[in-house]
Amino acid sequence: MDVILFLIFAVVAVVCAINVVVQTHPISSALSLVGVMGSLAVLYLLLGAEFIAAAQVIVYAGAIMVLFVFVIMLLNAGAETKKGRSYLIPGAPLLIVFLGLMAYYVQRYLFPESAVVRFGGFTGGGPKDIGNALFTTYLLPFEVTSILILVAIIGAVVLARKEIE
Amino acid sequence: MELLDSFIFITLIKAAVVLAVLLTTLAYLQWVERKVIAHVQVRPGPYRVGPHGLLQPVADIIKLLTKEDLLPPYVNKPLYLLAPFLAISMALLSISVIPFGPMIKVGPVITWMQLTDLNIGVLFILAVSSMGVYGIALAGWASNNKYALIGGLRSSAQMISYELPMSLAIAAPLLISNTLSLRELVMSQAGGIFHWNILHGPFPQVISFIIFMIAAFAETNRVPFDLPEAENELVAGFHTEYSSMKFASFFMAEYANMITVSAMATLLFLGGWMAPWPVAWGANLVPTVIFAVAGVTALYHGANAARKRDKRTLPVFGIIFFIIAGVFLLPIVQSWLLPLFWFAAKTGAILFLFMWVRATLPRFRYDQLMGFTWKFLFPVAMLNLLVTSFLVAWTTK
Amino acid sequence: MMNAVPISWFLTLSAILFALGVAGFLFRRNIITVFMSIELMLNAVNLSFVTFSYQHKEVSGHLFTFFVMVVAAAEAAVGLAIILTVFKGRSTLNIDDVNSMKH
Repeated sequence: MDVILFLIFAVVAVVCAINVVVQTHPISSALSLVGVMGSLAVLYLLLGAEFIAAAQVIVYAGAIMVLFVFVIMLLNAGAETKKGRSYLIPGAPLLIVFLGLMAYYVQRYLFPESAVVRFGGFTGGGPKDIGNALFTTYLLPFEVTSILILVAIIGAVVLARKEIE
Repeated sequence: MELLDSFIFITLIKAAVVLAVLLTTLAYLQWVERKVIAHVQVRPGPYRVGPHGLLQPVADIIKLLTKEDLLPPYVNKPLYLLAPFLAISMALLSISVIPFGPMIKVGPVITWMQLTDLNIGVLFILAVSSMGVYGIALAGWASNNKYALIGGLRSSAQMISYELPMSLAIAAPLLISNTLSLRELVMSQAGGIFHWNILHGPFPQVISFIIFMIAAFAETNRVPFDLPEAENELVAGFHTEYSSMKFASFFMAEYANMITVSAMATLLFLGGWMAPWPVAWGANLVPTVIFAVAGVTALYHGANAARKRDKRTLPVFGIIFFIIAGVFLLPIVQSWLLPLFWFAAKTGAILFLFMWVRATLPRFRYDQLMGFTWKFLFPVAMLNLLVTSFLVAWTTK
Repeated sequence: MMNAVPISWFLTLSAILFALGVAGFLFRRNIITVFMSIELMLNAVNLSFVTFSYQHKEVSGHLFTFFVMVVAAAEAAVGLAIILTVFKGRSTLNIDDVNSMKH
């Protein structure tokens, strides 16, 4: 059951990710990216990360990607017309070889067959555990990110406002 | 016996029942809305199809199903077809975690009146509702029509903006109840109206309830925030190019979202299926009294009928109301019918508020809509959350 | 055996997604698509974090993922504002056309 779930959503994620790269219109890429994020959220659930799965959908798919779609719709710039210099022909095989080597290394040396994921094997990913860690061990990074967000808000407002003559 | 006890079988039965009830409610909610608005404007509303227009939803469904399914030229075909599907499926999905009542016993089976309980139930509903915006935004974009595009743009901007005060308003009662599971949320509010989160100490959540309701109006694109489909400037907004069942999907999605946010408000602030006062003070008699009064009213108006048809229909309604009032007294069904009644009554009251507001208020201007959430609603929600968390920390040992 | 997924599969998936993100980043010429490829890479890394978190039965990986999300949100806000400004000034989204510093 776990294997079937993993395979389904892994395949969906990879197909959507390929679609992100090959689609010429940005809105199709954006929607495929939402597909990747959705299937990753299911995989997070499989790994026992309930809170992260929910945050993935709320923050990534529901807020960041909506912002992307909004900007694409607002600019309405249309599909990519000029073909980029095609690095794809030498690049793609190299990429695949590199990936294959990496996968082989990971499978062969880093993680033996005994290291497996079972649904329910790790239950420390609930909102309570995240909150505990966030407000004790990771309190300083948490506060720093809040300042980062503030800076980002001010930066976005300054960049996007109309010039007052 | 094996079959009855199996988890999958029970869940399938529950899902079928919930879906059937939900779809019927969706169809009749539209009839109720037309009736409510009509009576606010002192006219009878749907009246021709069936007694008091009761068969109007059926007629509407037949009309929408048999209409020609147009596919306009120059639309982005895959996205144009995906959008209504996305909107309706996301709207229906969130009903799966909403608890309608406590644990019940039907024959040999003991089960909760809820499809499934997640320990992140509240987050699940937030996630699903935040995905719903894609349906509207894509419909606007894929239609290749400037009115639809403006509708889609407005809707996505509005939904992102109002999600913030909504989440902050949800967070405050969660602090008091100390759980994210919707079932436990209701359990923590047991014991009468002064234990509901809207009135429960250390800090009654009246402000966050009001903020939640305002944000809910904006999230469901309802009057006074229905800018995405403002018909006197945008034709029909994002669904201008949609016809037949695709149009009906958007329509149903809007009503399903209304039901979801009303149910959320009930669960978060109004104690879910809990009665407002103890059984010792006659809480179990309330539905009987209400339906009996409705029956008497129907009989009275039947005797002094304003229209000729009412002379025959209203007494029948009166008798039906009396029968329902009697059913609530039967001890066999009381255990599951009473919680369901309270849940439906609270959710229905909030749905009525939606319709009442639609019949009363004019539409906002777009800059007013954005300024309102960023400059007023968001700071107030933040302040409310701060005070709540401070008081919760103060009173918790 | 068939009821458990080897941890290496998750990591391989993460590597594939990351490589696709790199490919999109290098091959595409639309600023928004390039930006989305970066998000894809961040997502791939998040999957690794959560997987390692499972392996060590530790919640830290989730926290890193959480912080990555926050940073990604801030990045998207500023980045899209920059893209809007660029488009306003040059009416193009092609990165190769935004090269006035070169000349």
